[in-house]
Order: sequence, then C-alpha cells, then structure tokens
Amino acid sequence: MSFIPGQPVTAVVQRIEIHKLREREHLILGFSIGGGIDQDPMQNPYSEDKTDKGIYVTKVTPGGPAEAAGLKMGDKIMQVNGWDMTMVTHDQARKRLTKKNEDVVRLLMTRKSLEEAVKCSMGGYANR
Amino acid sequence: MDNESQYSGYSYKSSHSRSSRKHRDRRDRHRSKSRDSGSRGDKSVTIQAPGEPLLDAESTRGDERDDNWGETTTVVTGTSVDSVSNEDLTRVSKELEESVPLRCTRFAGPALGGCLSLFALLTPLAFLVLPQALWREALDPCGTPCEGLYVSLAFKLLVLLISSWALFLRPARAALPRFFVFRCLLMVLVFLFVASYWLFYGVRVLEPRERDYRGIVEYAASLVDALLFIQYLALVLLEVRHLQPAFCLKSAASTTWATSDFPVYNSALLNLPKSILSKKMTGFKVYSLDESSTNNSTGQSRAMIAAAARRRDNSHNEFYYEEAEMDRRVRKRKARLVVAVEEAFTHIKRLHDDEVASSPKHPREVMDPREAAQAIFAPMARAMQKYLRTTRQQPFHSMESILTHLQFCITHNMTPKAFLERYLTPGPTMQYQRESDRGRQWTLVSEEPVTSALRPALVFSLRRLDFSLVVTVTPLPFLRIGEEFIDPKSHKFVMRLQSETSV
Repeated sequence: MSFIPGQPVTAVVQRIEIHKLREREHLILGFSIGGGIDQDPMQNPYSEDKTDKGIYVTKVTPGGPAEAAGLKMGDKIMQVNGWDMTMVTHDQARKRLTKKNEDVVRLLMTRKSLEEAVKCSMGGYANR
Repeated sequence: MDNESQYSGYSYKSSHSRSSRKHRDRRDRHRSKSRDSGSRGDKSVTIQAPGEPLLDAESTRGDERDDNWGETTTVVTGTSVDSVSNEDLTRVSKELEESVPLRCTRFAGPALGGCLSLFALLTPLAFLVLPQALWREALDPCGTPCEGLYVSLAFKLLVLLISSWALFLRPARAALPRFFVFRCLLMVLVFLFVASYWLFYGVRVLEPRERDYRGIVEYAASLVDALLFIQYLALVLLEVRHLQPAFCLKSAASTTWATSDFPVYNSALLNLPKSILSKKMTGFKVYSLDESSTNNSTGQSRAMIAAAARRRDNSHNEFYYEEAEMDRRVRKRKARLVVAVEEAFTHIKRLHDDEVASSPKHPREVMDPREAAQAIFAPMARAMQKYLRTTRQQPFHSMESILTHLQFCITHNMTPKAFLERYLTPGPTMQYQRESDRGRQWTLVSEEPVTSALRPALVFSLRRLDFSLVVTVTPLPFLRIGEEFIDPKSHKFVMRLQSETSV
C-alpha cells in the first residue's frame, strides 16, 4: 500500500456499501477513522508504510452497519462515494463520510489480505 | 694568524681581541694545550666579536703570519675537536651582548621621535618668550585678549602633552627590519611644519622686531592648533587603521609541527602561534621499478601486482608498529615520572610556625624552598630526564628551569600533578625565558619586497636559528548580509497527533 510520488496508486480494492443507521437525529456508520494528511503517520498502527497518510479504520463498533457490511479494523479507505480519500485531511474525510443528505455510503477499501488472496488465486490460475 | 695552532681549510680567521692581556694569556695557554694534543686533524675555532678589526694594531707579525697561514692550510679531515672552552664562550657572548650597535638601533627610532616632539612642543613657548626677552619695551601692550589666548594655549599644550604620552610613549614590542612608512611620514610632516613656522617667525618677527604682540600670540596659537591636527592624523593613521582585522594567517612550522589558525588584529603586525602539536609526517613509499613488459602472461603480472601491493602493505604496517611502540614508550616513561614525583613530594613537609618550638626531639634541618627543591629533585631527576628526552622536550627545559619551577610549586603548596602539568601537556613551547637577545632574532624571508603590504595568497616565512614558520595569508570573507523580518505573532504551532473520529 505504499505509493511512489508522481506515480498512480494501484491497489486491490473491495467495494463496501454501508447503510447509515438513524440514531436519534444522527446518522451513524458504526466505525472510527484515523489518519489524514495533517496527522502524524508514524503513529498509525495499521499501515505498512509508516509514511502513509491515508484514512484507516481504527475501530468498528460491534453490531453496527459497518460490521454488517464487512468493514474490518485496519482497512484503508480509498474512495467514499467517488471522492478520493488518499490525500485528504482528517476533517475532510469526516465530512465526506457524514453528509446528512446521504443515506448510503459506498466506499472502496483495501487491505493487505486482499492483495495476498488475489495473488494466490492468480497464481493458481496461472499454474492451471 | 696565530702560528701556535694548526688550522684546517675551513677554520675562521681569529684575532687577538682588544680585551685585557689576562684574557689573551688565558686563551693562549688553552690553545697551547690543544696543540700539545697533537694531530693535524685538530681544528680550533674562535668566535669573533663583531666590530673588531680583523688585524689588530697589537699584532706586529704581519708577513710572517700570512706565510704561516698559507703553509698550514689543509683539507678538512674527518674528526675534529672543538677546543673552545666554556670560559671563552661566556666571555664572547658577554661581549656580544654589551656591544653597542645591537642596542642602539632598537632605541634610535623612538629617541628621534621623542626629540622631535619635544622640540615641537617647546616651539610655541619659544615664540612667546623670545619677543618678551629680547625687545620687551618696544612691544604693544596687550591686555585681556592676550590673556585669553594664553589660557587657551596652555590648555591645548597640556592636551598635546598628555595625549602624546598616552599614545606614543609605549615600549615597542618588536624591532622590524624596515621603517614604518606612516610613522616616518608623520615625523617628516611635523618637522616640516615646525621648520616652516620657525622660518616665518625668524624672517617676519625676529628680524624686524615686530611690535604687535597679539599677532605673535595668535601665531603661536595657530601652531598649536596645527600640531593638534597632526596628532589627530597620527591617531588615525597609526592606531585606528590597525583595529580592523583584515587577514587570517595560517602558519605551519617547517619542522614536524601541524598548522594552527588564528585571526590577526591588524594587517601590519603579526601574531606568533601559541599552540603547536607534534605530528610525525614521514611516509614509506615503495616504488616498484621492475616493469617487465616482455612477460605477456596475465597471471604472472597479476601476481606481481599483488606482490607489489603486499609490499606496500607491509611498509605501512612497519610505520604503524613504530608509532605504537613510540606511544607505549612515552606512556611507560610518563607513568614512571608521575610515580617518582609523587613519591618525592611526600619526602618534604611544610613546617608551620607553631611546630618549630613544639618538636625539640626531632632536630630537623629547616630548609628554605630552594634547598628543599634541590633535596627532592635528586630522586626524580632521572625519570624526568628520560621522559623529556622521549618527548623531545629536552631543549626547552634546562635543569635550572626545572628546579626553579619545583621551588615555585613547593612554595605555593601545589600538588605533584600541578608541578608536572608543564611537562606532561605539550603547551606553548615558545617561551622566552631569559634567553639572550640573539635568540629572539627572527628573519622575514619572502619573495615579495618586504615593504609591500599583505595581500591574499601571499606566502612568507619567519626564520629563526633552528627552525622556521611558513605563513600563508588568507583574506577574511566578505559577508553579504540581508534582512528578513519575522512577525512575533507568526509563531503558531499545531499538534501532530493521530486523532480518531467516529462516524
């Protein structure tokens, strides 16, 4: 998940659709995010590359919509509803996720195990 | 030539000195002793004091002497025995020190300047006094304005006197080989001023016996003003101009010492280096001359190259082991010296006043510091000598100087470590401790004419009797300084943390 400045970022992503849950007057998604270009990337426990300033999922509330949709702790969010999340500040990321007029959040996320799974399956396919 | 002794071709011409017969007899006796020892290879050398004629009036055997000199000229043989006794040397060195030419040149410049300034200071007073003395009756009476002028004249002269004393009457730190241009210029200027004023005075005042005394007083006042301005010029030229550091001098001694940098305070005076480290700079270079191109096989040439490389490696090893051995030896000697000195210091004890009466059972011999130093010097002398010889500090510390230093340390209750500090840490070795004037003689050797000023990338050397310093001049860099204003309110900080937001 490391990137080379100036080169396009390539990653194996998974599409996840989360339906927001209405709780009193708030719409919640059921997870917490950390990271951002204004944050200190060295403190991120989930990133492989400690200079990665992307948005990561730090906590998933059990029984919430995010868990139901398949989001896991440590996932890196690449896009939210078409908006890029790899080069945003923490506050911008929060705003993109908590828009009041949107009920559904479709996000692209990536994780290390995805890449390995794809590699294994592709390797198997090549051998065949 | 003295036909009592035999000379080789390189001997010096000696003369009978003008000193008393007693000295001459002593020298002749000594020379006859050397002649008795016999062989043709003996060389006797006498050092001739300067300022004495080669052929003395006392000597009457002119022709005979020349013939003898021609006959006894030989080629220099291998061994030679110096037959100059210690007494001769001390006598000759005393003669050298007392000889007039060396001392006079040092004081000639300041003396001349002093005379000139005294003359210049007394001139206004002379201008005032001479008319009063010579034709007092014929002078016009001059009341209050003249008295006012007297007062101002007096104060200006006082100021001149005090500032001349403060600025110019200082002992010179060095005797330079050439004249100092600005000082010469100023002395010439003062002389011209005063001479022209005297000329005018003589022609216009003394000759026609001028009656207007007020005019004369004003004339004297104008001379004093002119002298004040010349002194201002002197101040600026001689003092203020030197305060701006302009060059940085890097000096390296020509023997085995490393370089030391120091900034120079003015471009006309030079500083001597204060700290010198010792570093050996020998290198073992091996040049392989056997380039046999007839052999075409690459394997053999590769082996030869490898062998040559190995040979070079071995010589570096040799150098390394020699250095290590030297270090080990120095450390061993140093350890022995420290132990010896510490033990020596325990042998003596300071006797307090109240102890004198209270210990009659130990009739100890009470010693003064000098005797105490001599008493404890003996056990540590050998260790000290060996250490000094190993670290090559022997020429700088004579036994007398070590004893004096020991006496000083004992008097001031210093520890053995403090006593040894002077010899263990290689500090400044340029110590002018009671050396003769000859030892302080430095010679400036340069390709440039010595009257030209310092300029960048100039190299010259200062030579002394036994070594020389090579000095390189580098200019101080020109600093281009810009400015940038920082608003004090612009210092704002943000914490870089890993914040977590739940969405």
